[in-house]
Amino acid sequence: MSIFTWISGGRVIDPANDRDAKGDVYAVDGKIVPRLSDTEKKQAQQIKADGLIVCPGFVDIHTHLCEPGDTHRETIQTGTWAAAAGGFTSVVCMPNVNQPSDNPATIQQINDAVERDALVNVFPTGALTMGMEGKELAPAGSLQRSGIVAITDSYRSVQNNEIMRRAVEYANMFNLVVMDHCQDRALTEGSVMNEGIWSLRLGLRGWPNAAEDIIVSRNVILSTYTGAHIHLQQISTSNAVEIIRRAKQRNVNISAEVTPHHLHLSDECVKNYDTNFKTNPPLRTPDDQAALIEGLLDGTLDCISTDHMPHTDYEKNVEYDQAPFGVVGLETSLAVCLGVLVQNKQCDFSQLIKLLTCNPSNLLKLGKGTLSPGADADITVFDPKEEWVVDPDKFQSRSKNSPWIGKSLQGKVKQTFVSGQKVWDGERVIISENNSD
Amino acid sequence: MKKASNWTRKDLLSIESLSLEELETIFSVADSFKRTLKRSQKKLPSLRGKTIVNLFLEPSTRTRVAFEIAAKRLSADVITITSNVSSLTKGETLRDTARNIEALNADLLVIRHSAAGSPQYLSRIINIPVVNAGDGAHEHPTQALLDTFTLKEQLGDLKGKKVTILGDILFSRVARSNIWALQKLGAHVTLAGPSTLVPVLFRELHVEVTHSLKEALADADAVMLLRIQHERQTSTHFPSIGEYKSMFGLNLQRASWLKPDAIIMHPGPINRGVEIDSQLADSKRSVILQQVTNGIVCRMAVLFLCASATSQNDPKKLS
Repeated sequence: MSIFTWISGGRVIDPANDRDAKGDVYAVDGKIVPRLSDTEKKQAQQIKADGLIVCPGFVDIHTHLCEPGDTHRETIQTGTWAAAAGGFTSVVCMPNVNQPSDNPATIQQINDAVERDALVNVFPTGALTMGMEGKELAPAGSLQRSGIVAITDSYRSVQNNEIMRRAVEYANMFNLVVMDHCQDRALTEGSVMNEGIWSLRLGLRGWPNAAEDIIVSRNVILSTYTGAHIHLQQISTSNAVEIIRRAKQRNVNISAEVTPHHLHLSDECVKNYDTNFKTNPPLRTPDDQAALIEGLLDGTLDCISTDHMPHTDYEKNVEYDQAPFGVVGLETSLAVCLGVLVQNKQCDFSQLIKLLTCNPSNLLKLGKGTLSPGADADITVFDPKEEWVVDPDKFQSRSKNSPWIGKSLQGKVKQTFVSGQKVWDGERVIISENNSD
Repeated sequence: MKKASNWTRKDLLSIESLSLEELETIFSVADSFKRTLKRSQKKLPSLRGKTIVNLFLEPSTRTRVAFEIAAKRLSADVITITSNVSSLTKGETLRDTARNIEALNADLLVIRHSAAGSPQYLSRIINIPVVNAGDGAHEHPTQALLDTFTLKEQLGDLKGKKVTILGDILFSRVARSNIWALQKLGAHVTLAGPSTLVPVLFRELHVEVTHSLKEALADADAVMLLRIQHERQTSTHFPSIGEYKSMFGLNLQRASWLKPDAIIMHPGPINRGVEIDSQLADSKRSVILQQVTNGIVCRMAVLFLCASATSQNDPKKLS
């Protein structure tokens, strides 16, 4: 017998179909359908969403699930629980330095864990070079056959331009996107925060914008030269936004993302040496933040990604210089973005949802992020008004390294559905036997 | 002895966070301690029964010895731990080391660490007073206290006085602490040195920045020299020691650009023949050794004030 799902009375926002109106969303057996008959409605599980926003499940194309290699920080299970709690129904996970995804067996290991433990859709990426060491190409073709959706050396941006050129040229043969965390290593050796007045005051080693701008430019040039699609991860500087804007005017095949923390926070946050504000790239200046928002609104930056990067308390609770980089973001992303973009009247709900759904999905051709009939019934229902205080003890993630701990945010995910199955009810994850089907 | 009624801090983490009144309180306590230095019996009972732990995780001679002497003059028991003999070499975190020191009933922790912000970090996780003896390139508050204390002895009121800090500013905690202290005391600060070590961005702290040595020295009432740490982080920031010496080293000829009564300071250790000519370091203009002596009384004042802020005893039992 079929399973019918009926989400009624919410404001349905589906940017992929230019839909933004009060209405109902229906699914049969995990797929979106345009309507249900009256008899089907009687059998349907009805979810009342009055006063809430109903939209496609969010898609994060930049998540660290840490498995395999760093499961003390996060696992595919806990990471996808965090995703569900944040309204994300699809995540693209980065390769891990401690067990690089540079061989099909590791991808298979990830696929097995996903099959067993994942609560939302997980799309793995492969390493760009062997051992993520930037020296020899990883077997992109074999990795793609194992199921990866992109290649990247994660936060180890490839420094050797010859390797990078060959990597994008080679990956292009398979239509594989190359994702790069744009950063010149020599310019950032020992750096721990943005180079500027705050690094001068705090006596911390500064991290110049130029380190990002140079590699962004390099990638624009290589993309122009090869025609390959390079995706520029977590852009943080105003100059990088401008370089990307001009490249897009010339139809260079590049795309770019920005994180909620770079949109919301600036380098001043570091002033108490709280390592939960230590990110890579670092939090920049208010001028950079303004440029990022502008770039996001005019289409220069294609989407919002979390760069969810879990670390244990014993790793983060150390001297600022010693702490690892990164913050968790899956469970706070929506509320932070609502605050920065919608409540601040930078854009409407629809544009924000686009940046969290169809835009990122389309970049990697995931076929997600839409409520089109026939699509997987991956649906997020949220209350844009509900205020909540970020309490790390309530995180689903195994790690608690959030820069918003104790902060009051507005906007809460009330329900998350993956293929029609409810996986989050606003308070806790829901694990059913069918999840691994 | 003036009563330290406006002192409520248990920690001394930075100069930036101090008010002018708090600076003046430290100076006045230091001044009264300085008078006792001339006695044959130098020891005071003020911190008798207190245990002070000096946790020095970076090399130091002057600061470490001055803190030890300061604590002993106040009759405190002092234990000094250096990085090569601490459990940090066994993989213990700074957090655990500090909490263990607290659990061993220490009354005050003096910390020297290569990571900026470490004293702030410790002050959040332990309850006993924390005194910053230098944290990375952030601050070295007691150095700035002894520098400005010395300057006041030499020049009187610092309001309107011009002080030039010359050398590696970018990596210098001494420079940062002195910028804040001098500004609070009303002095004008000029930073001088090569453009890579004295970025113009420092102007946002309302100081002058110049790369012309002559300009920097011309109207200064005092010049503070900083050591060039070429063996460390600055290796990519300028070509060579020889180049530095030829462009920015203070020699007799360049010292003639100074006003006749201008004084020369250096936090030590000095590299003779690099940032300063040997004769100049030993000349009458130089107050380098007065700085060292004043380092004792300023640290006595800091230890006394911070330890007393949490004490059950009457803090003004000085003798």
